[in-house]
Amino acid sequence: MQALLDVSGLRKVYEGSGRRVEALRDLTFSVDAGELVCLVGPSGCGKTTLLKCVGGLLAPTGGEVRLGGRPVTAPPPGMAVVFQEYGRSLFPWMRVRENVELPLRQKRLDAGRRRELVADALESVGLADAAGAYPWQLSGGMQQRVAIARALAYEPEVLLMDEPFAAVDAQTRADLEDLVRGLWQQRGITILFVTHDIDEAVYLGERVLVLSSSPTVVQEELRVDLPSGRDQLHTRVSPRFAELRTHVYEQVQAAKRGAPGVPWQRGVPLHKDTVSDTPPSPTG
Amino acid sequence: MRGEGALLGAAGLAGLLALCEAVPRLGLVEDEYFPPASRVADALATELADDAFWTALRDTLTGWAIGLAVAVAAGVLVGVLISVVPLLREATASTIEFLRPIPSVALIPLAVLLYGTELRSVLLLVVYASFWQVLIQVLYGVQDVDPVADETARSYGLGNWARIRHVVWPTALPYVMTGVRLAAAVALILAVTAELVIGAPGLGARIAVAQSSQAVPEMYALVVVTGLLGLAVNVGARTVERRALAWHQSVRGEVAV
Repeated sequence: MQALLDVSGLRKVYEGSGRRVEALRDLTFSVDAGELVCLVGPSGCGKTTLLKCVGGLLAPTGGEVRLGGRPVTAPPPGMAVVFQEYGRSLFPWMRVRENVELPLRQKRLDAGRRRELVADALESVGLADAAGAYPWQLSGGMQQRVAIARALAYEPEVLLMDEPFAAVDAQTRADLEDLVRGLWQQRGITILFVTHDIDEAVYLGERVLVLSSSPTVVQEELRVDLPSGRDQLHTRVSPRFAELRTHVYEQVQAAKRGAPGVPWQRGVPLHKDTVSDTPPSPTG
Repeated sequence: MRGEGALLGAAGLAGLLALCEAVPRLGLVEDEYFPPASRVADALATELADDAFWTALRDTLTGWAIGLAVAVAAGVLVGVLISVVPLLREATASTIEFLRPIPSVALIPLAVLLYGTELRSVLLLVVYASFWQVLIQVLYGVQDVDPVADETARSYGLGNWARIRHVVWPTALPYVMTGVRLAAAVALILAVTAELVIGAPGLGARIAVAQSSQAVPEMYALVVVTGLLGLAVNVGARTVERRALAWHQSVRGEVAV
C-alpha cells in the first residue's frame, strides 16, 4: 500500500556566507491516509526546516517528498499548514471570515461553496460567533482556532502543524489538543504534528517519530497503543501513558547527547516497517 | 482631558493673535512691515470677497492635487515593482540615494526653460519633490512583510499577484499613508514656491503681486491662507489614514481580550 505522504532521504544543507549548516541529514518516513503522526525532537533539531520542506516552502538539498505519489516542489493544493505564530500567520487587516475564506478564493471556489466551508470550519472549532471579528480582537487560543479553521476549510489531504500550541497557556493548550484529536476523529484527516513537547506528542499521536539532534535523522519510531478515546484527565495518568512518555523522554535525551537510541524492552514493537532503507524509485 | 486640551489650544491661539495685535500697536515693530492682526483680518475678509482670490486658490489646489496624484501613483507603482524584483532593488538603490536629496527648487530653472509659467512647470516641481516621499515609504513598507505571513500565503497557494494584493499591499499601506501625508505637505510647499518664484498663476503669484505693490496686510492675509491650507491638508490626510488603517496597531490601540 502506498503511503499518502512519503518522505525519503530528505536532506537540507543551508549554505551562505562561508558557513555550511547541515540541518537535515537523511530523513525517511511516511504517513498513511488518516493517520495522526507526531514528530518530536530536541529543540533546534530542524523540525521547522523539515516541515517547510514537506510543505513545499523550502527546496530540499537532497531526497524528496511525495504527496499522493506526486513529488512536492511547491506548496501543493492538498496541504495546509498551521504555524506556531498565529498572530503573524493570520492577517490583521482581514476579519476572521475573510482570513478563512482567502485560500478558498485562490482555489476559485464559487461564493456559495466558500460560505459553506467557512461556516462549517468556524463551527467545528467553536468560533461561529467570531466570524465578523478581527483576529487581534481574539485571545491567543481563539486566534489559533481561527488558523485551524482556515486549514480545515481548505480541505487538505494532509494537515501540517508546526508547534501550533507552543505559544498558548497550558489550559488553552489542553483544550486545543482535544480539539485537534476530535477533529481528526470526526473528519478522518491526515495530520503531521510537529512539537517539542513529549507529553503532547504521546497524548495526540497514533505514532511518534523521535528525531535526533541536528543534523537530523529519525532516531526512533514508536506506535502509541493508547486507546483512541483519550482525555486529559484519564489518559495522562494511565500507566501506559507514563511508560510511553518516559521512553520518548529517554530517546530525546539520548538524541541530545548524540547517543544511539535507548532500546525499548517492554514488549512494544518498534515499527520500523514504514522506514524504508532503499532509495526511492525515480518514477511515481 | 480632551476638552481641556482644546481649551488650552484655543487660549494659545488667542494669545498669539493678541501678541500680533499688540506688538505693532505698541510700536515695537514698524506696523508698515508687520501690521496688527486686526488689519490682516480685514485684508483677509477683502480677499475672500474677491473672485481673483478664489481663482488663485483653485489654481494652487489644482497644481497640488494633480502633482500629488501623479507622485503617489508613480511612487507606489515604482516602489512595489522595485521591491518585489530583487535585481531592480539592488540596481536602483544608489541612484535613488543620489536623486532623492536634490532639492526640487534647484530644478526651477529647468522647469522655466521647459514649460515657462504654465501649470506644467508647477507640476514638474511638485511631482519631483513628493515622488521620493512616497517611493521611500513604499520601499520600507514592502520590506516589512512578515515572513510568516508570506509563508502562510505561499502555503495556501497564493501566487505572486495574489500575494502582492493580499499581503504586500496591506503591510505596506501604513507606510504608504505616511508617505502620502508627507508628500501632501511637501506638494503644497512646492506649489506655492513655484508660483512665487516662477510666477505661475496661484496663491504664490498673488503673494508676489501683493508684496511688489506694497499691499502688506494682503500679503500677510495670503500667507495665513497658505498656512490654513497646510493645516487642512494634514488633518485630511490623517483622517484618511485613520479610516484606512482601522485594523493597524497604531490606530486600533489596546484591545481587551
